[in-house]
Amino acid sequence: MGMNRFALLLAALLAVGPGAALASGGADLRMEPAPVNRLDAASVQRGARNFVNYCLNCHSAKYMRYQRLTGLGIDSSMIEDNLMFASRKIGDPMTAAMTPVDAKAWFGTVPPDLSVEAHVRGSDWLYNYFLGFYRDDKSASGWNNLVFPNVAMPHVAWQLSGAGKLVETEFEDHEKALAGVIAVKGLAKLEPGKNGKWIMLTVQPDPDAPGTMTPVQYQSWVADLVNYLDYMAEPDRNKRISLGIMVLIYLGVLFAFAYALKRSYWKDLH
Amino acid sequence: MQKIMNWIDARFPLTALWESQWGKYVAPKNFNFWYYFGSLAAFVLVMQIVTGIILTMNYKPDAARAFESVEYIMRDVEWGWLIRYMHSTGASMFFIVVYLHMFRGLMYGSYRKPRELTWIFGCLIYLCLMAEAFFGYLLPWGQMSYWGAQVIVNLFATVPFIGEGLSQWIRGDYTISDITLNRFFAFHVAAVPLVLVGLVAAHLMALHETGSNNPDGIEIKQQPKDPNTGLPLDGIYSHPYYTYKDIVGVVVFLAVFSIIVFFVPDMGGYFLEANNYVPANPLQTPEHIAPVWYFTPYYAILRAVPSKLLPFLPATQFYGVMAMGAAVLIFFALPWLDRGKVKSIRYRGTLYKSWLAAFVISFLILGYLGVVPVTVWGQFKEGLPILGGADKATVVSRVLTVVYFLFFILMPWYTVRDKTKPVPQRVTWA
Repeated sequence: MGMNRFALLLAALLAVGPGAALASGGADLRMEPAPVNRLDAASVQRGARNFVNYCLNCHSAKYMRYQRLTGLGIDSSMIEDNLMFASRKIGDPMTAAMTPVDAKAWFGTVPPDLSVEAHVRGSDWLYNYFLGFYRDDKSASGWNNLVFPNVAMPHVAWQLSGAGKLVETEFEDHEKALAGVIAVKGLAKLEPGKNGKWIMLTVQPDPDAPGTMTPVQYQSWVADLVNYLDYMAEPDRNKRISLGIMVLIYLGVLFAFAYALKRSYWKDLH
Repeated sequence: MQKIMNWIDARFPLTALWESQWGKYVAPKNFNFWYYFGSLAAFVLVMQIVTGIILTMNYKPDAARAFESVEYIMRDVEWGWLIRYMHSTGASMFFIVVYLHMFRGLMYGSYRKPRELTWIFGCLIYLCLMAEAFFGYLLPWGQMSYWGAQVIVNLFATVPFIGEGLSQWIRGDYTISDITLNRFFAFHVAAVPLVLVGLVAAHLMALHETGSNNPDGIEIKQQPKDPNTGLPLDGIYSHPYYTYKDIVGVVVFLAVFSIIVFFVPDMGGYFLEANNYVPANPLQTPEHIAPVWYFTPYYAILRAVPSKLLPFLPATQFYGVMAMGAAVLIFFALPWLDRGKVKSIRYRGTLYKSWLAAFVISFLILGYLGVVPVTVWGQFKEGLPILGGADKATVVSRVLTVVYFLFFILMPWYTVRDKTKPVPQRVTWA
């Protein structure tokens, strides 16, 4: 029947469609996949601590209640003692210490609410963003970012990571530059340079301004934070996935019965 | 039990209604895979209504609170996340099921005489569904909700002379605002669903009047009756046969549906767009505004038509808007455009099959091109005649738009010319 060939053609077309989208030119940001794991509860807990200590002063997470953190296995008294200001109640949402008016005056913009930021940006983007800060004397805050150029946010965790610096490496052509990016095995940005040359931008630690953590320690600190942001964007995600497995098993059993029932009715038809 | 039924039937035709609409409705026995999607569409409709009612209990149609009320549903309402994901996934699945249902109609000529009204009610359902999806998409009040609605309502502003006033009248304001949100909410939860349910009833009543078509396009009512059963030779009662067959279809559908709801509710940004997790901001236009996937073939047609259509005509986007409207409305004319001797693709010739394939391919590629920016495939080299410097994607979508319309416009010609095969007396039954 002609239908089968037709179906094949459709399948082929559907497969080709998205692949064709990759062929575009211009600057090219290569990000490292975020080493996050939604099942690593200890990592999410550490991320919650990092978030409260480093982000919540300026950013709010107003759709997230402190009480929700109990879902991570942190008990209420620990949340109240370690993660909250004394004036707040455990049912309160995570609002920022800084007021929007102050934010506007100090940074020129109000920092976005982070409740669902992981949905907006994705965890890879967030992970690389935190690794992408470097010193830049030309910017107002003294910092710039490879992933989010000219971002108003300063590098809040610089004491941990140390001050990064932007390193430019020039390559003869695009192919060599791509090989250079692969050799870096991390965040890198490719930009077309002069005379057909390509420039690779990376952020490297500045030996004159080291942080309290080694680069590997800082990366795992960031991974914890991103893991938490990911959790906070949808606190019921783990429940959703485990429930989904049960639902599919149930539907599998139901299918066996429904199909047997249908067969028993239809077997008399000639 | 029988006493109760007798009491009711003397006052309301309950048994007669059940028997004419399903219980004693005689359907061809050779329905294949493609015949699941009608009952599935009904199933999704019920699911959308039920989940929608529960969402309405917690959602706030207020520009200042809409976004946060959705997050409230996702976090603080018991099982709210499940209800909301079912509803958002249901919206996309509704279109998938309806597109497959319509494609079935195209393949087997289900729109042909005597089923023209069934088809027309179906087209009206499709229009309602688009309206329902459009109104509903504003409600989460994210950036894509806001700017998507802005773009679509601005399409009405391109209508000559009355456009500005018309788009203001739709919005109830100079821009998409709290007022717009309130009226879209009213349309989404009350007005359109009422019409939709009425049209579905009409669609089913018309179908059960004429009887169903089938993959062979044979009219079973014209067959001799089986002396034992009194039914057409290839006819069977819907109940129990299709009742239990459709239940199998629903279970399989639910498995696919559950995989999306529980494991990939965003569907990689196609069912729930990342930018819609940013609250609506009237002062900040997103870089790339694209409608949800089910509208993208029409959006690609809109973008494909140049505003400077012909040198002597004034430049306006209205041509594209008209093309987009025509692309949807042309489905209504199908029963009268098709003049083929046979209904089903099984007995059609190469001409019809090729045109149908070209149409489906155009629809799919246009759908893809409607998601991405026009620069996606780069530009033709400068200096080429006619094409020089033009976006490749725009040129391709123009060609495909022409193919889309030619499928319909040339149909009276190629369906007559087509070399068809003889249609058998009995349905194909392995």
